[in-house]
Amino acid sequence: MKRVFKWFWVWEFEKEDMWLNSMAADGWTLCRIGWCTYWFEKTDPSAYEVRLECRKPDEAYISFVKDTGAEYIGHMMQWLYFRRKSELGHFELNSDLDSRIEQLNNMGRILLPIGILNLGIGLMNLRYNGLGGINLICAGVLAYAYGRIQGKRDELQRERRLHE
Amino acid sequence: MNPQAALTEAVYYILLSLVTPRHGYGIMQEAERMSDGRVKLAAGTLYGAINVLLDKGWIRGVPGAEDSRRKEYVLTDKGREALTWELDRLKELVKNGENVLGGEA
Repeated sequence: MKRVFKWFWVWEFEKEDMWLNSMAADGWTLCRIGWCTYWFEKTDPSAYEVRLECRKPDEAYISFVKDTGAEYIGHMMQWLYFRRKSELGHFELNSDLDSRIEQLNNMGRILLPIGILNLGIGLMNLRYNGLGGINLICAGVLAYAYGRIQGKRDELQRERRLHE
Repeated sequence: MNPQAALTEAVYYILLSLVTPRHGYGIMQEAERMSDGRVKLAAGTLYGAINVLLDKGWIRGVPGAEDSRRKEYVLTDKGREALTWELDRLKELVKNGENVLGGEA
């Protein structure tokens, strides 16, 4: 078992997915998840495929995915982590364009209110005690994240005009 | 809804596979089998589609399966009607495609 601390920005979910699967290809498969913390267990190389997705951790959904042969690793906020033995075939959670667009919409729905909240608190603090800096920086990062997510979504939506 | 509107490929294969009752994983396997391995329904996609189809009344849950942890679903009359419409629409597409391109191929 080994533990790795690593930070991914919210728009880097594809990079995170690739990293987790390159670890699995090397025989280190994700088995537990925490704040910026990943626990890996030794397995045969490429024994598993790991997938993450942005969705409410809802029991009915998790048991549905488990019934398709996958194992539920855990969740961090609204990010769910699953893995499935490679011998069962290629493992995907959201393959068609509509579900991928929905994933990005879920991310946007989470980021937008937190961003607006930070902007509000930041501006209030700035106004009354001159201390709003941290919140304004947070709001800036969240706005950037939202922009990146929207950009990816727009790209998929253009694609969706041609096919599913 | 306009009954002539196109179904997504995922929905089309889900409905087709539910002519006999199946659970989620069974739907995935049947869609893959029918399409010779081309159509692989992802779990999240399938889950979302099943919930919409249940709401629309095109499929329903099968009550009282012994191993009740895995829920089974089956096509309703309304779902069968939607499939029939879709099949007619697809036939029209194929017919027109062949009429236009048929001579060239």
